[in-house]
Amino acid sequence: MFPTMTAEKPISLKPQVPLREPSAATDDVQRAIKLETRHLDFYYGNNQALHDISLQIPERSVTAFIGPSGCGKSTFLRTLNRMNDIIEGTRHTGDVLLEGTDIFDPRVDVVALRKRVGMVFQKSTPFPKSIFDNIAYGPRVAGLKDLSRLTEIVESSLKRAALWDEVKDRMRDSAMALSGGQQQRLCIARALATEPDVLLMDEPASALDPASTTRVEDLIFDLKSNYTIVIVTHNMQQAARVSDRTAFFYQGHLVEVGPTQELFTRPKEKQTEDYITGRFG
Amino acid sequence: MSSSLYSNSQTRGRWFEYVCLLATWSALFFLAVLLTVILWQGRGNLSMSFLSNFDDRLSPEKAGMLAGLWGSFWLMILTFLISVPVGIGAAIYLEEYSTDSWIARIIQVNLSNLAGVPSIVYGILGLTVFVRMFGIFAKGAIIERMTGNQVEGLFFAFGLNVPLPLGTTVISGALTLSLLVLPVIIVATQEAVRAVPGSIRHAALALGATKWQTIVTLVLPAAMPGIMTGVILSLSRAIGETAPLIMVGASTFLRATPADIEYPHELVTKPRATINAPFDEYTAMPIMVYSWAKQAQREYQGIASAGIIVLVTVLLTMNGLAIYIRNRSQQHLRW
Repeated sequence: MFPTMTAEKPISLKPQVPLREPSAATDDVQRAIKLETRHLDFYYGNNQALHDISLQIPERSVTAFIGPSGCGKSTFLRTLNRMNDIIEGTRHTGDVLLEGTDIFDPRVDVVALRKRVGMVFQKSTPFPKSIFDNIAYGPRVAGLKDLSRLTEIVESSLKRAALWDEVKDRMRDSAMALSGGQQQRLCIARALATEPDVLLMDEPASALDPASTTRVEDLIFDLKSNYTIVIVTHNMQQAARVSDRTAFFYQGHLVEVGPTQELFTRPKEKQTEDYITGRFG
Repeated sequence: MSSSLYSNSQTRGRWFEYVCLLATWSALFFLAVLLTVILWQGRGNLSMSFLSNFDDRLSPEKAGMLAGLWGSFWLMILTFLISVPVGIGAAIYLEEYSTDSWIARIIQVNLSNLAGVPSIVYGILGLTVFVRMFGIFAKGAIIERMTGNQVEGLFFAFGLNVPLPLGTTVISGALTLSLLVLPVIIVATQEAVRAVPGSIRHAALALGATKWQTIVTLVLPAAMPGIMTGVILSLSRAIGETAPLIMVGASTFLRATPADIEYPHELVTKPRATINAPFDEYTAMPIMVYSWAKQAQREYQGIASAGIIVLVTVLLTMNGLAIYIRNRSQQHLRW
């Protein structure tokens, strides 16, 4: 279940032999770099949270960020769609590039950026509205009013999030009435409705029961053929199950990044090895 | 010795419970006595004609509340229209936009102070600012010297006539009452807006909503029950206010309604009167009760009681409406 991925620098890439059974179509393809950070430093006030992070995220794959609490992985995730802009007193140096475009360029519209780089949070955040209105929220704030088009988007988003069969007969019911696992898949469907290229997930399954977690993980695996997915997780088994590449963060530094299989079996760094073998964190 | 098992701590706890119970019942007892006395005194004077007659100082049996009912109606409508947009706007600014500067903190502290300012002070303010408008429109004052002629009002299409200064009109009273209720509305709205979880705002922003869209589509609808409760409760305080209205010149004896609208359907059939009603003379229910209670003839005490019954009925209806709106719209809100 671990298709081969690009190495850190696409130029020096040699296609690797698949470690296991290949998943359809996406193997042996040299994937372009979707997101890239270069020497990113990030500060909360005077407190430096990220130190010189340079990382490339290939498209149509799952990249997992792991590391102990407070290591900066969530902060890093939130810089990728500029959600940290909301927090007062934050600043950064270095670049974040989406398909080569600096997302902090003054000409970049942060609203347009967030439509292309969707986000799912740790705590499911259904709006106190109907299921339909929840999914249609993103397209509506973007100015779409045509009801038949909205209906199409809602249906396809819910299908992609594997929630359609469970809710198709109660689109007008409040989203707050759904179960926790359903609410989280609703949030994923809602993020998909804006038709993003990238989906950022901040511990999307940490508040869910095992059965719901499995469903969300299956969903992530299905989605990666169309989306670039970045997932923050505390759960190393989860990172091993769903991701193609894994990045290990520690105390605001990016310690190691590589294909998930390699990072978990043959970590290059001592800190990575200590963390994944449970010696700290 | 097993005496420690029989300590009197439980007994003391029970005494405290009784004291609290007594405190509760004493408040309710005096309210019940008050309402009973009022109902008993006013019982003979309540009739449909009491609602449809004008005041009468010669024959108490003909005295009615029509002028006060319409005056209070206009006051409440206008106070609502003025204070709600301003109050919600101010609260949204303070909660969602303003940074935590020393100015914001001073505003916040003074909002709470303003809520406690005696209403008569607002009356004096309203008299200066709205009724007289600092005297700038008076004969020989600054406006006449600058323009060369005395300005008495602004005239618009549809026969709308705005007097300048505003004088002792409904709009002066409504503006004054708006100042009175604004701090309460702002604080209630702030609390309601603050209760909307930040995660909801972040989720909307992450979907590409602007801050303005997030506020309008999510924060305000979610905060609306709290806002409406604050609005209606503060308006039901305003409807009983007497002191500031006396200061800004509500008539104590008036045999006319604003713009002579005496029946609800005339609001539609007489549009010209409707738009001019805010700029007419008025009286209000609590003012009428006050002036009846001052009358020497015994019969007017009963009339005053009947007036109180009408006033309290309107007030309780508004409070009931507040509770209904809150319960109805809270059903969908569980964070």
